[in-house]
Amino acid sequence: MTTRWITWLDERLGLSAIYNTVLDRKVPKVNWSFTLGSATLFLAVTQATTGIFLTAYYVPHPEQAYASINYIMNDVAFGWLIRGIHHWGATLMVITVFLHMLRTFFYGAYKYPREITWITGVFLLLLTLGSGFTGYLLPWNQRAYWATTVGTSITETIPFIGPFINEALRGGSELSTLTLVRFFSAHIWMIPAALFVLIGVHMYLVVRLGISHIPSEDE
Amino acid sequence: MGQDSHEHGMDRRSFVAGVVAFLGSIIAAVIGLPAIGYLLSPGLRKSGSVLTDEWVPLGLVDELIVGEPKLISFSRTQRVGWETTAQSYGIYVLRKPGNTYDVFSNVCTHLSCRVSWKEELSEYICPCHDGHFGIDGSIISGPQPRPLDTFEYRVEEGTLMIKLAEV
Repeated sequence: MTTRWITWLDERLGLSAIYNTVLDRKVPKVNWSFTLGSATLFLAVTQATTGIFLTAYYVPHPEQAYASINYIMNDVAFGWLIRGIHHWGATLMVITVFLHMLRTFFYGAYKYPREITWITGVFLLLLTLGSGFTGYLLPWNQRAYWATTVGTSITETIPFIGPFINEALRGGSELSTLTLVRFFSAHIWMIPAALFVLIGVHMYLVVRLGISHIPSEDE
Repeated sequence: MGQDSHEHGMDRRSFVAGVVAFLGSIIAAVIGLPAIGYLLSPGLRKSGSVLTDEWVPLGLVDELIVGEPKLISFSRTQRVGWETTAQSYGIYVLRKPGNTYDVFSNVCTHLSCRVSWKEELSEYICPCHDGHFGIDGSIISGPQPRPLDTFEYRVEEGTLMIKLAEV
């Protein structure tokens, strides 16, 4: 019965071709460090899912942001769980992205023909860090406020254009409602949109080129 | 070893597929099931309202004209989520001969728009779907399923009070 349905759908959608191409790829003999990319992808999807749920209650306004998060943590059923996964998942994702990069680097897997996979990976690293940075402000508590004050002030040290970048990030000379809303917008729309497009490119290249083997001593 | 597992009808490949599907379902359930409760949560609990069968004074009965419905509004604040919001109420009071009263909620019984008294028609009209109610709250025409809702009332030292049921 199930097989009949699967056959019916497959005839029309060609799902098995996608399945075979994406999941039944030939891979060289590898080790557990080759699962770090999948782990990162899993975390990205988890972050997106829990993040979408968080927007059901969170309000990006200086007077309400902290109160709304308090509400999520203390009054909403499983709010602590959803936010907890989002909070720890963010930290974990930065770690897996980094380890994934280190593995690629030390195995020399960024070489021909995988340069573009590496370059999109660099941008994915930056976008992941950007997600973490913008998300950190959203609780609008003391730690968030001062971390963002310091974080945006760092850009000011760039010669000539530093002050301009600082004000562009903050939406003014000081942290304000504008800062909170633009960080929120970046956190839930701009960065994730760019992130998932680049994940698509990154994974297309992984499927297209396959993964490289562990280099042997004489390579 | 490999031979063994084949005899039992499961190879390494389908074992791994089974484990992945099993663990995947658990992970999906761990996020998915609480997420349902998470989204439904505020709808399933009391709004944190302060109203517990409170008697609300509407005004002096001497100020009411017999046979003429009068709209009296008041509001009550309640805690919704992390905010205190004002909930406003509109009550139509009709003083009838013999010191009896009709006390109607202005919430239309159809889909909760607000009705208003039209002097020239001597009817309550709901503008949303053209519901017409008589001066006694009865249905004249329109889609509404029942007459206007009434409140329990009492008169205390010349003041009309209504009982606001817990919401």
